[in-house]
Amino acid sequence: MTKRIMLGNEAFARGAYEAGVKVVSSYPGTPSTEVTESAAKYDEIYVEWAPNEKVGVEVAMGASIGGVRSLSCMKHVGLNVASDPFFTAAYTGVTGGMVVLVADDNGCHSSQNEQDSRYHGRGAGVPVLEPADSQECKDYMKLAYDISEQYDTVVLMRSSTRISHSRGIVELGERVEREKIPYVKNMQKYVAMPAMARKLHIAQEKRLNEIEEEAAEFLVGEGALEQPLNRVELNDRKIGIVTSGICYQYVKEALPDASVLKLGMVNPLPKKMIADFAQEVEKLYVIEEGNPFLEEQIRAMGVPVYGGKDMFTIQGEYSARMIRSGFGLETEASALEEATGNAEIGDAPGRPPLLCAGCPHKGLFYVLSKLKTTVLGDIGCYTLAALPPTSAMDTTLCMGGSITMAHGFEKAMETSENTVAVLGDSTFIHSGITGLVNMYYNQSHGTVIILDNRITGMTGHQDNPASGRNAKGEPAPAIDIATLAKAIGIQHVVEIDPFDVKELERVIKEETAREALSVIITKRPCAMIVKQTNIPRNITDRCRLCKQCMKIGCPAIEEEAGHPIIVADRCVGCGLCQRVCPFDAIDSADTQESEGQ
Amino acid sequence: MDKNILIVGVGGQGTLLASVLLGNLALAKGYDVKLSEVHGMSQRGGDVVTHVKISDGKVKSPLIEKGEADMIIGFEKLEAYRWLPQLKKGGAMFVNTQEIFPMPVVMGQVEYPEDIDKMLADTAGSVKEFNAMKIASECGSTKAVNVVLLGAASEALPFEQEEWMKVIEENVKPKFVELNKNAFMMGQQA
Ligand SMILES: Cc1ncc(C[n+]2csc(CCOP(=O)(O)OP(=O)(O)O)c2C)c(N)n1
Repeated sequence: MTKRIMLGNEAFARGAYEAGVKVVSSYPGTPSTEVTESAAKYDEIYVEWAPNEKVGVEVAMGASIGGVRSLSCMKHVGLNVASDPFFTAAYTGVTGGMVVLVADDNGCHSSQNEQDSRYHGRGAGVPVLEPADSQECKDYMKLAYDISEQYDTVVLMRSSTRISHSRGIVELGERVEREKIPYVKNMQKYVAMPAMARKLHIAQEKRLNEIEEEAAEFLVGEGALEQPLNRVELNDRKIGIVTSGICYQYVKEALPDASVLKLGMVNPLPKKMIADFAQEVEKLYVIEEGNPFLEEQIRAMGVPVYGGKDMFTIQGEYSARMIRSGFGLETEASALEEATGNAEIGDAPGRPPLLCAGCPHKGLFYVLSKLKTTVLGDIGCYTLAALPPTSAMDTTLCMGGSITMAHGFEKAMETSENTVAVLGDSTFIHSGITGLVNMYYNQSHGTVIILDNRITGMTGHQDNPASGRNAKGEPAPAIDIATLAKAIGIQHVVEIDPFDVKELERVIKEETAREALSVIITKRPCAMIVKQTNIPRNITDRCRLCKQCMKIGCPAIEEEAGHPIIVADRCVGCGLCQRVCPFDAIDSADTQESEGQ
Repeated sequence: MDKNILIVGVGGQGTLLASVLLGNLALAKGYDVKLSEVHGMSQRGGDVVTHVKISDGKVKSPLIEKGEADMIIGFEKLEAYRWLPQLKKGGAMFVNTQEIFPMPVVMGQVEYPEDIDKMLADTAGSVKEFNAMKIASECGSTKAVNVVLLGAASEALPFEQEEWMKVIEENVKPKFVELNKNAFMMGQQA
């Protein structure tokens, strides 16, 4: 038997592979991205990047109706975008097994909120599975496809940052190929118009009840690893804990002697099992990150809950230590406490993330910062420009929100002067296009800046419809953003290199002053996907200490005794600092050497 | 046997490879192991941390909490300092002396702490601070700084020399295997 160390996300992909999945369509989003990237490495699976999550779920649904097993993966906020098809697919059910995988981000490691996606599963009325380590990620995936086909339902696989981005040991199995289920037209099932939808809703409720009744028989894992999906681990009866997912691990570490009901399926809840467990223990606690999803339902069953959200927060991530202290248990003093009497370090300066050396976005935000432009921003690497030293972003709400909010802002302010919407290429394709159509149709005079760095940067460089490659890394047609804008009917479309800061400044001034809608596309590939010259720059004695170069926020530029310096091993030689220097005081290190010779 | 190793640094410094090597060593030796990593936004020059938990029993929580780390491997001084609260009484620190100023320091809003060396020395059971960047660059690539640090830390880890060499062979691109083996051994001598 082969064992591997696998990221939770790799294990999900492995589970899909072993389950015979044929089609995967996803949009990237931390912490879910590596599921799709890992799936793309299996030749047997067709994998694509969709332009957004709604498209991804619809493609997966089409594949399911076409008779194969399918998967769509996304981060928590992605499920909001995909909710429209998701909620109705929950009515129609499936042909080939279909799983929607959603990864929540408790603690907001890389997200704009920490929403609890279990509610989406419950709201839609589909089973929700929640694994607790990498092995379970793989095993639960396989079970999910069996449940999906047996009960004719979409299954929601719920992960979180700590599950998706932890590695653990996984026993691999073999892929089982599945016969394609022959297509049979069935409008009663797949045409969700009112008369059918009412019946489909009844069927959906019925199957959810069946799943609840039969859940006690669901087994997960193979051979020696086989276990009930929902399982009771009876120990000391004084404390009984209902938990699921990553919290199970924290509970086992903090309270190894407690009795535990580990839920592998958090919707529908096994009500009888929970009530029986509550009978077995003296005090019942519910430990779950996020909202009181389990707790409120258990209380509503009339089962007394001794401790839940009154003990533990709805914010952020949990830990074993937090649970221990919630139960009043001592923890051993750390080295620091021993040495100083204090458990914390107060004076370590924060280290906020920042745009990379050579990042094309730096040119644009240097200019916007200089012009003190109001920037309705969006989500991507470029959101980092909201931080000092550029501080050039006023709002960030959700993907695509820049364009639409700029339009509303303009209607309120009755002008669009010195105001722009800024978003990346992937974000524009995700949900910016409809907003731009709206601006054109409703006669905005605004300016939209699209940062075309030829890649989806923030989530780790996934290809997209404008990058020229597909999810498998093969050449693919690339849509041209300027042509698209012009096709909408927009007259003023400018393409420009964001490192040409002088010209960019002129263009932004001109377009924001113009009483017409304009689109500026800044074109320069992400510094991480092109080979850099790697000839470091050097600040010479012509420097007059104006410190313009420090306003671009480059990680390679630091200050030493009042003088800006360039740290050679961090400089990629992009030359942006040379372009913003008013005194021509920055050279290439190699020119200097040759000058010296 | 339980070993909790915290690997800390700045996004882009190659902390992930170090943890993957440790994970595979543990797997090959039949231990249970869990790693927990940072992906996404912080990788862009923010502070990053990887938790590595190895046990001859079962690892449950993937997180190393305050006072639980047997060892901290710091790729950057301030980061080693930031994570000092996680160190167990008597724990060991292996620290690259490189300093990377975070933006608030570059902008003059706060100072880079001056007394890090003393704090580490006063707190940890043992501290080995050295210029791992310099050794890596002498070996042919500053990217090998992760393996140099692992070499230094190997004295406190339950793995044999051949096991280290094998895991490097299996997890590093063939072209860079010799460079990394060399960097590892230089780290051991540091
Ligand atoms: C609905 C939704 N899906 C996915 C994400 C995750 N995400 C954040 S930014 C981003 C894309 C960024 O790419 P791009 O717009 O090209 O900008 P870049 O990072 O390359 O500068 C993604 C996928 C999200 N925040 N919201």
